[in-house]
Amino acid sequence: MSSAQFVQYLISGITSGSIYALVGLGFTIIYAVTKIINFAQGEFVMLGGLVSFTLIYRAGIPLVPALFLSILIAAAVGAAMYLLAIRPPKKASVVSLIIITIGVAIFVRGIAGQVLTKEFISLPYFSSEQPIPFLGAHIDTQALWIIGTMVVVTIILHLFLTYTMVGKALKACAINPVASSLVGINPKTMALIAFVLAAAIGGIGGVVFAPLTFMSYQGGIMLGLKGFVAAAIGGFKSPLAAVFGGLLLGIVETFVVAANWGPFTSDYKDAIALVVLLFILLVRSGRLAEEERAG
Amino acid sequence: MLARLKSSWSYLAIAALVVALILAPFHWFLGQYTTLMIVIGIYTIVTVGLCLLMGYTGQVSLGQAAFFGMGAYISAILTTTYGVNPWLAMLAAAIMTGAFAYIIGSPIFRLKGNYLAMATLGLGLIIWILFKQLNQSFGEPDGISGIPYLSIGGFVFNSSFRRYFLVWAFCLVILLISQNIVRSRTGRALRAIHGSEAASESIGINVNQFKVKILVLSAVYASIAGSLFAHHVRYVGAQPFDFLASVKLVVMAVIGGLASIWGAIFGAGTTHILSDELLLRFGDWDVVIYGLILVIVMIFMPEGLFVKLKEVFERLRLRYRQRGTEP
Amino acid sequence: MRNYLKYAVVLVLVIALLALGGIGCSTKEEGGATPTPAATPYKVGALFASSGFNSTLGQTQKPTVEMMVDQINKAGGINGHPLDVIIYDTKSDTATATTLANKLIEEGVVAIIGPTSTGESMAVKTITAQANVALVSCAAGSVIVEPAGNNTWTFTTPQLDYVAIDRIYMYLQEQNITKIALLTDTAGFGAAGRKWLVNQTMLSKYGLTIVPDGDQTYGTSDVDMQAQLTKISGTAAQAIVCWGTNPGPAIVARNMRTLGMTIPLFCSHGIAFKSFIDTAGTAANGVIFCAGKLPIVDQLPDTDPQKALLEKYKTDFEARYGEGTANTFGGHAYDALMMVVDALKAVGPDKAKIRDYIENNIVNWPGTGGVYNMSPLNHNGLPSDAKQAMILVKIVDSKWTWLQD
Repeated sequence: MSSAQFVQYLISGITSGSIYALVGLGFTIIYAVTKIINFAQGEFVMLGGLVSFTLIYRAGIPLVPALFLSILIAAAVGAAMYLLAIRPPKKASVVSLIIITIGVAIFVRGIAGQVLTKEFISLPYFSSEQPIPFLGAHIDTQALWIIGTMVVVTIILHLFLTYTMVGKALKACAINPVASSLVGINPKTMALIAFVLAAAIGGIGGVVFAPLTFMSYQGGIMLGLKGFVAAAIGGFKSPLAAVFGGLLLGIVETFVVAANWGPFTSDYKDAIALVVLLFILLVRSGRLAEEERAG
Repeated sequence: MLARLKSSWSYLAIAALVVALILAPFHWFLGQYTTLMIVIGIYTIVTVGLCLLMGYTGQVSLGQAAFFGMGAYISAILTTTYGVNPWLAMLAAAIMTGAFAYIIGSPIFRLKGNYLAMATLGLGLIIWILFKQLNQSFGEPDGISGIPYLSIGGFVFNSSFRRYFLVWAFCLVILLISQNIVRSRTGRALRAIHGSEAASESIGINVNQFKVKILVLSAVYASIAGSLFAHHVRYVGAQPFDFLASVKLVVMAVIGGLASIWGAIFGAGTTHILSDELLLRFGDWDVVIYGLILVIVMIFMPEGLFVKLKEVFERLRLRYRQRGTEP
Repeated sequence: MRNYLKYAVVLVLVIALLALGGIGCSTKEEGGATPTPAATPYKVGALFASSGFNSTLGQTQKPTVEMMVDQINKAGGINGHPLDVIIYDTKSDTATATTLANKLIEEGVVAIIGPTSTGESMAVKTITAQANVALVSCAAGSVIVEPAGNNTWTFTTPQLDYVAIDRIYMYLQEQNITKIALLTDTAGFGAAGRKWLVNQTMLSKYGLTIVPDGDQTYGTSDVDMQAQLTKISGTAAQAIVCWGTNPGPAIVARNMRTLGMTIPLFCSHGIAFKSFIDTAGTAANGVIFCAGKLPIVDQLPDTDPQKALLEKYKTDFEARYGEGTANTFGGHAYDALMMVVDALKAVGPDKAKIRDYIENNIVNWPGTGGVYNMSPLNHNGLPSDAKQAMILVKIVDSKWTWLQD
């Protein structure tokens, strides 16, 4: 592998890793505050892409307002999901909630496919379509947007959680829901905020990712799964860990494919994330089980 | 007295069901739906296993279609590439799938809740990717074709009519076996586990061992269904065993009722009538409805739709009878 | 005791089920031709992938058939009988396709057109053959109809996969290209193509070699091929041949531009859609692919035997469904339907006679895919000389241009 190729692979890995990081952030926020794994997380990303496409090409709305509007819509869907599907069941078992989030996921996916579009769609680049030469390789300008957005979102989220009242309340709820409710923090409101945040972040991911690649109404599953892996690597605890997990997964994925190592040829790329997932689950199964029983 | 009447009710119900099943494929009754009913029968077998698994272990399997597919692929490969007798292939598939379930059972059940669900999801997807690879190694790019029919001696199951009876014979036998299991000692242990794992452990029940047994059972059921599927469609591709297929199986189980046995027919039946008949010309709206069903049923009747319906029916019946006996 | 009685009775009933299944063996599905009084409709079945991952290929097929059925019935039907085509959506799923094929047969159709993809066709053809119903597929896999002796009831209308590869390789040789890299979809269309792309006889015929590390693949739903392309950029490949259907090749084209790759990209007829140009944007310029004549019909000389038919199909279709919507895949459905219609006109609703007609009487028959000559040994009917069967199209300024050589 030449050094130019190495740099190219690294860029590819960091780019896709940034998207996984954003999805992983969403998983982490919701899980931390509500202890729910939101199987519909990937669908928010998909919505970001597909809704923007519909707004730009079918409703004729200009690029920038369309992007913001679609992030808002994704956030609204997140709120609706919480209010209609997560809050109503009283004392739902973990398994029931899993099935419910899956139900929401396929519902959203189905509606997107039927109402928005079934085709593979893409968005216009935010800036120039010409790639920038870099250390013998090339970076797409959109890749810079993706990585940049991920960094900005992470920083803003960190600031939000650390320095604002709402953010601190969220963190408190995540650490100890009983104690926080005793000091007047309403866990239901916190859960709603968590869902809205996670959905918005997912939508942002979809919006920056769509110009670089193609999305379809079915893209949510794999993205969701890889985001879950990112969050799992991070232990579902801190947003920064999720980001690290996402980047790690993206880079590992790309280099395993590049090295043609073992059975992992290019069409097995998705399997890499799955294997990593199973590995994490097996290795941490003891500790995870403890946490489930306690939490 | 009430108990005996109740049991004679269910006795009559089952008898009526069987009579209807026997008469169904004749063209003067429901013959034009024969293929539909074959498919319902096959999926009922998978659903029963899943209902038992989800009902008695309290966990969800998001990869059950993988076992279904293993049965189909092993049967397909053994009968086409290696010319093995279809019945032997079915047996081999069931054994191999069951063994696989046994091996992954213990480590899997060390996980709980969300993580277990994710693990089943991941495993299901990995196996699906493997199926796509098997296509290339053993057949054409999209699947394996030319799978022979099942036959007994010279009698070949080469018409929908014949396969209907074959599939439903399997189905009824499996339903009866399941009912037997549930009423046996194993069944009581399972219900104890379902009630409280901690309590069961304390009276000496090896909870994990039972969970693995149920997993193996559900896997064997799914494998048999998969083999029947292969010899019915005679072409096996990877698509019927993807993540959405596993989700659809969960929908069938949820409609039929977790831990319910005869409800599985209801679950498999309603989803297929919905998808293959009512919504046939409406593209993919059936998936949207499945999502709604999952959400609504799990919010309002987490034991399952059919079970809830039975409950409602029972309550109405009792109220009616009480009004009759009141002075 | 009561429990045992119950189980015993049910067990007896189960045995009775099996026995009945055995006795009822003489009941077969409806077969043969029922005499048709004056205006009974002629029933034909159609299976298309209007949804699912093959829907890019299938989406113009159902509208094509609906349009033609309208035209035919408005003109009085077939010898006075209305034409009724029952169209089902296979959802790109082989199991659904077979269930629907069975359903169509149970509904009494005299022939079936479609399905859209090779995988679905392979699944369906065993069922239709066993029911003695002619299947005129719209898929390009040569395995569907070869050898014709083993596929007496199956025909197909698109140019076969190896013909397309032949055409591309022929051109590569003419351009003095010797080293190539491949990038193919692992499923259906792409994988079937790959088998021929790596075929040694095919490669040696045109003096081509695949460079080491040059045989790359991608998954159907992959949205990023940069890793594979980065590998290829490190090889001595002079051209890339990409086999697959949208959006794969469009992503490949864009990724190549992202990576600054300048070697030419050749694709299959799987990109003969306006959506390829839409999705690949400016990266589509310079891409060369092989296809039937429909994309460049306006550039054909008036003497071309297919021009009039192609123009009419395109005009009619686009008048009904919108500008730029017609494509070669809808054309395959057109050809399949019209072959069955011609057969019905000649021999009426007799399944066996329809099959015979298609095999023997579709001669010098102009269609959208080419001029067909079916025979007992050739159930595709298109010329085996690749230059005659397919043309080359180059995308210039986001438009299809006929590349003549």
